[in-house]
Order: sequence, then C-alpha cells, then structure tokens
Amino acid sequence: MIPRDVPAIDVTHVTVAYREKPVLWNVDFTVPAGVLLAIVGPNGAGKTTLIKAILGLVRPAAGQVLLYGKPYREQRRLVAYVPQRGSVDWDFPTNALDVVMMGALWGIGLVSPAWSRERDMALEALDKVKMTDFAERQISQLSGGQQQRVFLARALVQDAEIYVMDEPFQGVDATTERAIITLLRELRAQGKTVVVVHHDLSTVPAYFDWVTLLNVERIAHGPVADVFTEQHLRRTYGGNIALLTQPFHAEERSQPYV
Amino acid sequence: MSVQIEVQLIAVVIAAACAIPGVFLVLRRMAMMSDAISHTVLFGIVIGFFITQDLGSPWLFVGAVLTGVLTVSLVELLNRTQLVKQDAAIGLVFPVLFSLAVILISTFAGNIHLDTDAVIMGELAYAPFDRVVWFGVDMGPRALVVGIALVLLNLAFVTLLYKELKLATFDAGLAAAAGFVPGLLHYALMGLVSVTAVGAFDAVGSILVVALMIAPPSAAYLLTDRLPRMIGLSVLIGAGSGIAGYWLARWLDVSIAGSMATMSGVFFALVLLFAPERGLVAQARRRRTLAHARVQT
Repeated sequence: MIPRDVPAIDVTHVTVAYREKPVLWNVDFTVPAGVLLAIVGPNGAGKTTLIKAILGLVRPAAGQVLLYGKPYREQRRLVAYVPQRGSVDWDFPTNALDVVMMGALWGIGLVSPAWSRERDMALEALDKVKMTDFAERQISQLSGGQQQRVFLARALVQDAEIYVMDEPFQGVDATTERAIITLLRELRAQGKTVVVVHHDLSTVPAYFDWVTLLNVERIAHGPVADVFTEQHLRRTYGGNIALLTQPFHAEERSQPYV
Repeated sequence: MSVQIEVQLIAVVIAAACAIPGVFLVLRRMAMMSDAISHTVLFGIVIGFFITQDLGSPWLFVGAVLTGVLTVSLVELLNRTQLVKQDAAIGLVFPVLFSLAVILISTFAGNIHLDTDAVIMGELAYAPFDRVVWFGVDMGPRALVVGIALVLLNLAFVTLLYKELKLATFDAGLAAAAGFVPGLLHYALMGLVSVTAVGAFDAVGSILVVALMIAPPSAAYLLTDRLPRMIGLSVLIGAGSGIAGYWLARWLDVSIAGSMATMSGVFFALVLLFAPERGLVAQARRRRTLAHARVQT
C-alpha cells in the first residue's frame, strides 16, 4: 500500500513564478514519513505557494513534487488539506457537522447506506477537536478558533497519510492552539506526516520536529535541533532579525503549550 | 386545461427552473453574471437563427449556451490580466455581445418574430398559443414543456453533483486539491444558467430572468442556514412569485412577466424586513432588548 522506503514528500528543484517574478526558486527538500514539519519564512517568502505546489494547485515552471514516490494526482487520497481559514465564506448556509462531512470526499452520493457512516466519522472527528457541542451550529456563529477546529476535523475525516495545513494557528484562542497541538502529536504517533505553514517562531522548537526555512529559496531544512539556528533565521528574515531573537515575539504570548 | 391555469403553470415552472441555479449564483457571489448571460445569450440565438432560419430549432439553444460560456470565458480572460476588475469585466463584455445581437436583429431580421421588445420583456399571456404537438397529440404550451424540461435538468444537475457543487462553492481550494476541477463545474453551472435563461426568455424576457434567478434565492438565504432548504425555499418563493404575479397582472391589467418580477421583489422585501432571525425588524428588536438590558443593570 504505502511504501515505507521512500520519503513521504520529495520536492526536487521546484521553481514557481507568477508573471515572471519567481516566488519559489529551485526549492529542494525531502520529508521522511512521521514528522511534524513547520514551514517558516517572512511574508511573501512563498510558503503558501510551496504547499500549493505540493498539492498540485500551482504548476511549477520547473521541478517536481513526489508524494510517496508518485505525483500528487495519483496520490490525492493520501493527502488532506486544511486551507487558510480566511479562504472560505463562513456565511455559507451550513453547519459545523456538514462542513466536516465534506471531508468524506470520496464517499458515495446523496442517498446511500454509507451516509450514516460518514456522519459517524464526522461526529467522531468533531469529538477529537472538542467541538461535539457545536455540531449543529451555523458556521458563521462559531469563533475563529472553533472554525479552525472544524477545518481540522474535516481533514481528520479525510483519513490521509499526509496532512498539509496553511496557518492553522493564525488568530486562534489558547484552547484551540492546545487542541491543534494534541492533534498533531496524535497524528505523528500514528505515523502520519504533517506539514504546517507557521508564523510564530517562538513555538517552532516546542511544536515541531522538522523545519523548513524559506525565503523564495530554501534557506535550511532538517530537524529543528540542527537547523533552527540564529544564523539561518538571520538569512531567512534578513534585517528583521532583531525582532526575532529571544524571545522571538516579545509582545505576544511566548509560552508554548507543551 | 384552461388558458388561465396554463399561464400560471408556466409561471411556476419557469420561476422554479430559474431559482435552482440562482442559489449557486448567489452563494458564489456571481449574481450579476446572470444579468450578463441572460442578455448575451441573445447573440447566440440570433446567430443560431441566421444559420437555421428556424426559430424553433434546437440549434438556437446550442448557440445560446455557447454564448453564455463565451461570456464567462471573456470575463475571466479580462479578469485574469489583472488590469480589469471582475465587475468591470462583466460590464465590458456583456454590452458588446448584447449590442451586436441587437444590431443584427434590427438590420437583418426586422420583420420576424425576433423583435427586441419581446426579447427584453417577454410575453407570457401569449405563451399558451404556441403549442407543442407530437404525432398529432397536443403536449401543451411550448413554454410549459420547455419549463418542465429545465426544472428536471436543473434538478438532475444539482442532485447528481450536489457534493461537488457544495464543496466547490464553499471551499474552492479543497475542491481543487481533491481533483474536482472547480473550473469545469463552474462552466457547467454557467452553461446551465445559459440554458435556463434561453428557456425562460420566451416566457418572461431577459431582464425578468435575472429577477427570478436572484430574488428568490436571496430571500431564501435569509430564511435558512441549510443549503438543501435554501434550494427548496427558493423554488417555493419563485413559484409563489409566479402565481402572485399572475393575479397581480390580472387585477391591474398589466404585463404578467413584469408583475412576476415585481412580486419576487416584494417577497424579497418582506423577507428582508421580517425574516425571523436575520430580518431588519428582528435585528432592531434584538438591539432594543440589549440596550434595555443594559439600562436595567
């Protein structure tokens, strides 16, 4: 089924350009199965573009991405995607449970015996993110953190091997942050691979095993202990490093939820 | 069947047919695209007519659908240059195709049924006199047969592709990652809007098609939090506008199509005011209760 001898994600010489301006330049890295990887870098570094390239949503001008040794379109069912919360219309007429059930992408149509199984899976996923009480709630009535947890539950229903998340920690409350972290660790314990676009440098060492430092080019990539160094951060963030050295974010909460 | 009942039936099925794709137009924030398409399809009809010289030819439908899709493509092409915004692109494309159609009609087809007034306003009162006869059997007014076919087509599309449509409308990113090809769905939906616009055209005219596509779903949107209910309510409100419009027209002795569109607007206004949760009255009442509570404490 899933080959264990090839890396979960293999990015080779990926270059992406929008209107002749390169957004990603010759990016190269591999991610072994079962790690929590953070992608960090300044605004405009190409983080979202990188995950879109992994998901086949943008076509690289050069290079390729392989997931467990094959291109994305052959491996769709192995990948769950959590887009940025702001990318969807939360006024859409639906409730939390229904959004989570959308994760059952390859289930059968409207009327089928599998429908109640999908519903059970969705309820279970909502329970994992502590959202059971909000299952029937209209999605616009949820807080930002609750919406994010609904998105995570939807990804859980996809029951994938690789989870790709675009800034799940953006603007969420402490409860949600803890819930996400618990979930990420659970996924890792099951041998899943999780790629997270992340903004808060101060929590990188506590939350993640591996990190990719990105600024159009790949600056560094590897286990956090090896590559998450001031020197690499300085090269990634340029002159703004003063903001980033310990504590990285002086003004925000800097206590990670370990 | 009496003419009176037939006209009402036509009004109901046309309104229902328009409401179904209208729901997705409203949710995808593309309401004005229906305005554009309902006008530009005229271009396709005219071209189809010039080729076939037959107003009843199915090629007119084909031409209209192709023009609908062409409209969407041109708008997107302009939009993709990032030099023109989406709404401006609609405003640029639609007059070009529509005016071409109007010029073609007035130049080459001045003496046939394709006159511009009928296209813009429609005339429902005469619809029962244009009948479909198969093998010598009267199947009913053409507009009714077409309307029923449209309702069935739209229902089939929405039912079969419900999951895909819902996901692509709510979260295009995930839909694309899942390989649903949101672009294809988008064009299929626009094709459906075009077919519906052409079918509804004869009966109610191009401007009123827009009213029936947008007003009932907009009202339904304020009444429910669930997509299936929104579709159902849109159909009901559309059908209600059809019947109420007919009787309003009878009472005032005015255009039926105009009255239908008016009633769809009246229904929307009533919902806007009195929707139980989101209506303006309910909102004002909540604010007053809140202010009151604050004074009390």
